[in-house]
Amino acid sequence: MLEPIEDLGGAAQPLLEVKGLVKHFPVGGGLFAKTKVVQAVDDVSFTVAKGETVGIVGESGCGKSTTARLLMQLMPRNEGEIIFDGQLVGESMSLRDLRRAMQMVFQDSYASLNPRLTIEESIAFGPKVHGMADGAARTLARDLLTKVGLKPETFANRYPHEVSGGQRQRVNIARALALNPRLVILDEAVSALDKSVEAQVLNLLVDLKREFGLTYLFISHDLNVVRYISDRVLVMYLGQVVELGPVDEVWDGPAHPYTQALLAAMPASDPDQRTEVPPITGDPPNPIDPPSGCRFHTRCGFCEDVCISTVPRLSMVADGAHQAACHMVIPGSGHTRAPAASEAAA
Amino acid sequence: MTATDTALQAAPAHKARGYWATVGRRIVRDKVSMACALVLLAILLAAIFAPYLHLADPYQGSMVRRLRHIGTPGYPLGTDELGRDMLSRLIYGGRLSLLIGILPVILAFGIGTSLGLVAGYAGGWANTAIMRTVDVFYAFPSVLLAIAISGVLGAGVVNSIVSLTVVFVPQITRVAESVTTGVRNLDFVDAARASGAGALTIMRVHMLGNVLGPIFVYATGLISVSMILAAGLSFLGLGTKPPEPEWGLMLNTLRTAIYVNPWVAAMPGVMIFAVSICFNLLSDGLRSAMDIRN
Repeated sequence: MLEPIEDLGGAAQPLLEVKGLVKHFPVGGGLFAKTKVVQAVDDVSFTVAKGETVGIVGESGCGKSTTARLLMQLMPRNEGEIIFDGQLVGESMSLRDLRRAMQMVFQDSYASLNPRLTIEESIAFGPKVHGMADGAARTLARDLLTKVGLKPETFANRYPHEVSGGQRQRVNIARALALNPRLVILDEAVSALDKSVEAQVLNLLVDLKREFGLTYLFISHDLNVVRYISDRVLVMYLGQVVELGPVDEVWDGPAHPYTQALLAAMPASDPDQRTEVPPITGDPPNPIDPPSGCRFHTRCGFCEDVCISTVPRLSMVADGAHQAACHMVIPGSGHTRAPAASEAAA
Repeated sequence: MTATDTALQAAPAHKARGYWATVGRRIVRDKVSMACALVLLAILLAAIFAPYLHLADPYQGSMVRRLRHIGTPGYPLGTDELGRDMLSRLIYGGRLSLLIGILPVILAFGIGTSLGLVAGYAGGWANTAIMRTVDVFYAFPSVLLAIAISGVLGAGVVNSIVSLTVVFVPQITRVAESVTTGVRNLDFVDAARASGAGALTIMRVHMLGNVLGPIFVYATGLISVSMILAAGLSFLGLGTKPPEPEWGLMLNTLRTAIYVNPWVAAMPGVMIFAVSICFNLLSDGLRSAMDIRN
C-alpha cells in the first residue's frame, strides 16, 4: 500500500471545499456561426467534511458528472477554486498529489477498464505511476481484489470482457482504492448495475468506507440509493445547486419546488400511495440559453415576477445546515410565500 | 466448494501471460495465417539467399532462347523477352520488390503512427496543425504524388522508397489519428489520467496496445499498393532501371509478350499477387488474434 496521506487540518477542516466552480462549453461556432455557450456548471460551491458521504442528485444534463470531472481535473474549469484539506489545488497542492488523494469510479464499468490489460495490471497501474515496484503493485492489486470480494486466483489474470458488470465495477473500485486515496468520487458508479448487484456493491462501498476511512462524493440520479448512502445531499438543476442539507432533512422537508417535484416523482412501493399526476412536466430548458432569474421558473408552480427577474441565492431553511436557492425561503425576497424580512433572525 | 465448482469458476482463467504473448499464441493456431506466413517466409528467404541457390545468371540473356514456355528443360519457368531465366529473375527480383514494397510501409508506419497518436491524444491546435498539413498531401492522388516526388528527387531505388514513404505517411496518420481519437475518449484513459500518469505513460501503456491493431492491419494492406506503385515508377524510368530484376519492372517489359507467351508474362504479376494476398490474409489473422474479446 502507498503511504497514507497525512491529515493536515484536523477533523474540523473540510476535506474538500469547492468555491464558485464554473464550466462553460463553447458549442457550434465556425467561420460564420456565432459560438454559443453551454453553462454546464454555473457557480457551484459546497464542502465535504472528513468521513462523510455527500450525494449529488439531479436529472440528466444537470452538471453532476461535469462537476465530478472538474474536481478530478479531467477538464479545465473556467472559474472556481478547489481546496483539498486546506490546500488550494494548483498552488499549495499539485495536480499529481490531488490525483492520489482523490480517485474516481466511472459509470461505465467496461469503458473504464483497458480491454488490453488484465484486471491485475489495471489495478497495479496507478501505484506503479506513483513509484511502487511492479511486484509490490501486483501483490497490492491481489490484496485489493480480495477486499472488494473477488478471488485473486480466479480474477487477477482475466481480461475485463471475461467478467460480469458487477464484478467489473468491483475491479474499478479496487483500482480507485489502489492509490490509498482519501476522497472517492463515485460518478453513477452503481447506476448501470441491476438491482441485486447494485445493493451488493453499495454495501461493499459502505464497508470499504469504514475500513479505509474514506470520504465519498456520491453522484446518482437514483434518490433511494442517495438516501441510503449519503449523510448530506446536494440537489442540482441546470448547472446550479438548488438545495443542500442533511439527507433526512431534505427528504422529509424539501424546500425547493424542484426537490419537492423530484421526491414526488419517486415511485411508491405501496399501490395506494402512488402518485397519479406527474408532478413535473417537460424537459429541462436548454442550458445554452438558461432562463433568467431562477432557472427553474419555467417549470415551477409557484413562479412569480421576482422569480423571473432575480436569481435566488442559497439561503438557510429553518436551521443552519439546510439551504435552498428559492425566493420562497429567502426572507423579504418579494415572493408572496416568502417569510417576512423580520423573521430572518429566527 | 466442490471440485466441479472450482473448475467452472476457473474455466476461462489462463496462466499469467502478457497481451502480446496471448496474441502470438492465438495467431499460431490460425492455419490460414500460418500458411501465408510460410509462403512469405519462403519467398523472403529465397530472395535473401538467392546467390547460394545455384540459379542461372539473372542478367545473362540469349537471343536464341527467348520466351521459352514454362516447363522447358533447364528453364523451369521459361525465359523472358531477352532470353533470361525467369525462375532466377523472379527469385532475384524478390530482393528489390520486397524491399521497395515493405520498407516504405515500415517507415510510414513508424512516422504515421507517431504523428497520428500525438494528434489524436493531444487534440486542439496540435491536432489541427498535424492533420491540416497531412490533408495537403491527401489532396494529390497517390500515383501522381509518388511520380512528382520521384521526379524531383531523381531516379533510383532509394528515392523511390523515400517518395513512397511520403505517399503513405498521410494515409497512415489519418487512420492512426481517428483510431486514437476514438480510444482517447474512453473512460479508462480518463481513469489513467486521474491516477496521475503522464501523457507518455498513458500513450505507452493504455493507447498503443489499443490503436496499433487497426493501424497495423491497414499498413499491411499498403504493402501490395507499394509494390504496384513502385512498378509504375520503374515503368516511367523513375524507379528501378533495366536490366535490374524487379517484379514491377518485369511485368512492364514482359507486357509486349502477352500474346506470345501469356503464362510467362503473367509470372511477375502472380508473384506480386501472391505476396499481397499473403500479407492481407496475415493481417486479417492478426486482427482477429489481437481482438482478444472473442
